[in-house]
Amino acid sequence: MARPIAAKSFTLEEGGFALFLALLAVGCLFIAAKAWEPAYAFHMGVGAIMAAAGCILILKAYIDRTEMPSQLTADGKPNYNYGPIKFASIAAMFWGIAGFIVGLTVASQLAWPVLNFDFPLTNFGRLRPLHTSAVIFAFGGNVLLATSFYVVQRTSQARMPGIITPWFIVLGYNAFIVIAGTGYLLGITQGKEYAEPEWYADLWLTIVWVTYLLAFLGTLWKRKEPHIYVANWFYLAFIVTIAMLHLGNNMSVPVSIFSSKSIQVFSGVQDAMVQWWYGHNAVGFFLTAGFLAIMYYFVPKRAERPVYSYRLSIVHFWSLIFLYIWAGPHHLHYTALPDWASTLGMVMSIVLWMPSWGGMINGLMTLSGAWDKLRTDPVIRMLVVSVAFYGMSTFEGPLMSIRAVNGLSHYTDWTVGHVHSGALGWVGFVSFGALYCLFPWLWNKKGLYSLKLVNWHFWLGTIGIVLYICAMWVSGIMQGLMWRAYDKLGFLEYSFIETVEQMHPFYVIRALGGGLFVLGSLIMAYNLYMTVRHGEQEDTVLAGASRMAAAE
Amino acid sequence: MANKHDIFERHSWVLLIGILVMVAIGGLVEIVPLFYLKSTIEKVEGMRPYSPLELAGRNIYVREGCYNCHSQMIRPMRDEIERYGHYSLAAESMYDHPFQWASKRTGPDLARVGGKYSDDWQRDHLINPRAVVPTSIMPGYPFLAKNELDTNAIKAVVSTNRLVGVPYTDEQVEKAVADLKAQANPDDPGAAEVLKRYPKAVVRDFDGNAGKLTEMDALVAYLQVLGTLVDFKVYDDKANLR
Amino acid sequence: MDTTYTALAQFAQTWGLLYFVILFIGALAYALWPSNSKQFDAAAQSPLRED
Repeated sequence: MARPIAAKSFTLEEGGFALFLALLAVGCLFIAAKAWEPAYAFHMGVGAIMAAAGCILILKAYIDRTEMPSQLTADGKPNYNYGPIKFASIAAMFWGIAGFIVGLTVASQLAWPVLNFDFPLTNFGRLRPLHTSAVIFAFGGNVLLATSFYVVQRTSQARMPGIITPWFIVLGYNAFIVIAGTGYLLGITQGKEYAEPEWYADLWLTIVWVTYLLAFLGTLWKRKEPHIYVANWFYLAFIVTIAMLHLGNNMSVPVSIFSSKSIQVFSGVQDAMVQWWYGHNAVGFFLTAGFLAIMYYFVPKRAERPVYSYRLSIVHFWSLIFLYIWAGPHHLHYTALPDWASTLGMVMSIVLWMPSWGGMINGLMTLSGAWDKLRTDPVIRMLVVSVAFYGMSTFEGPLMSIRAVNGLSHYTDWTVGHVHSGALGWVGFVSFGALYCLFPWLWNKKGLYSLKLVNWHFWLGTIGIVLYICAMWVSGIMQGLMWRAYDKLGFLEYSFIETVEQMHPFYVIRALGGGLFVLGSLIMAYNLYMTVRHGEQEDTVLAGASRMAAAE
Repeated sequence: MANKHDIFERHSWVLLIGILVMVAIGGLVEIVPLFYLKSTIEKVEGMRPYSPLELAGRNIYVREGCYNCHSQMIRPMRDEIERYGHYSLAAESMYDHPFQWASKRTGPDLARVGGKYSDDWQRDHLINPRAVVPTSIMPGYPFLAKNELDTNAIKAVVSTNRLVGVPYTDEQVEKAVADLKAQANPDDPGAAEVLKRYPKAVVRDFDGNAGKLTEMDALVAYLQVLGTLVDFKVYDDKANLR
Repeated sequence: MDTTYTALAQFAQTWGLLYFVILFIGALAYALWPSNSKQFDAAAQSPLRED
């Protein structure tokens, strides 16, 4: 069984990562010892432990293995690397539930402020960034990592490069999540929405992200297929553009290497513009382009039909990425940002409606001739409804970018409702659909443990979303109108606090909707757990090959 | 010609460059002019960098995530001007690294909250909002009144602000800690110097606890300076600096 | 400074518009070019091919 030891040697990749992590661990320890703030010392300590653990894992894997690793093919078939994908899929489910529960918590705090408990760690101001980052970057990010690694390998018919690299990306990304999330609770934040992590977390993410880009490109370079499938275009646009946005929006100077605090390079108007150039394209490229890639692979795959129009998908791709990047300033109507910039943002946002709906039509029409699957397969129903929600929120978005509408909707719950119709309906459901597909595929199961539970998840989630967005429409528009209401004598009719009082019933309904959504996700987690533990095994030759790959 | 058309299909680096070209332009066109436009870079009479105590308070404002519920950007609409005061000028946030305009008003706008309420009101309200406004849904921050203000980093914070373009003088950087302590203590011999270095600054015991320099001192000092630096009685609206 | 702005705005309104149109026509031509259709059909099938 064991081959001669001569066949085994320390690869450059293993050596490089081991050395890098060892140096990092030492560096973190050094900084931890001299840190100015206890929270920062804690973070550096955690960083040192994680880096050291990574280093030890690499050495242990080297000692344990008996031959050269990572066979590119097994039995003449590509030996896909599923291990990191499995990790990211489970992490996505874990962070998803955590993020939804924090979301339910902050929603309840707005309805019943006593739930803040008035401790630093439990107050709304620190929990809300935790919620947004947990759902966008932890849940969404892990879904994107898992699906992108799966899709790029399968459509390239090639194994990802490296043995340590894919694990470094997945584990490194989740380490970033842990540092960012605990940071918010401890009060470490840049104070920029959706870009709260401080300089050292940003720096770490940059390293992980560049590695991600290289691994993704590396798989494309090794592909057996002549073509790069369109889903990979969307993934590539997501990875590259997020890198650009991340670097642009996080330009800051640390107060000291021994302090977590940094000062943004930009200020005022310029900082606002850069922030919303980043912020809106986090929506455009993280939450849209990345998840459209999921749509372009998983909907055809699950429906067992090619995408409705591949040509439309190409026009969709180029027009979407070109237009989205301009849309940011519509977040800054009527502010101190010059009018020409917000008008430009508005015009581009309205034009953006067309490619968005082109994509929606492409996704929906993929099912043409197979509409009966909507009835029989709740997973495809979830995917299709997610595309419908995408269509709805990409119609509402351009509408809200119009200056006059924005004058009413800005600063109100309408925006919150709009974001959640996209986040829960589109991103949430398309991710759930993809995970319901991925788990049986990755663990070689014939199918899910229970389609009936998927059905329950679908309906609980849908009702939850409808309650959520309807409550926010009413409360948002009502509050916007109350702020600008005048009495007969020409005075403002309502004080601010009077408008807050009117929000209460809608905050309760919103929390209820969120609760249903959480319940659905718990059912999902149970279903996936049972699928992995007790699902019926798929018995093909291929299954054996992938199991081998997964075991490493 | 036709054969060249499959280059995106076949060459990942061409695709990569194509994507970069597409996504780079929008940002460049929208962001770069802001560094040259008169309305976005001109200084307005009265604006000065934050005093060290105000800056420390601002850091607490950021730390506690106040921006999640409070905006600092008054729009030029009749109701907002009547409710909050003169619309915000670009120059008023020129020393804000990062900006805190925010995007949601779960609570009211704070761009001109300075001077609207007494220190006592601010302190009581921060400790327990519902003791002052019974139907408020704001969290309480009683710990701010207990936590001693950490002054170790303030000099580095001020000098880093200078590094990114806030015009602090050498003297202001050198005296950062002394100014911070003096501004919260009217009996401090350095109080007069604070006023000299930071015109319109308020020297008071903001938290009503003379024995102790707390985070409450800093946060209230910050809230009390918001929107008070530009004198709109002399500001010429026709200048339209926004 | 304002002249920089005027020049930039003028540039964007003329060459920028032209650039837009060319890019869009380029993307459209690429997608609709007849001889590309075969490879697009092949690519569209690629997720469905089992290995």
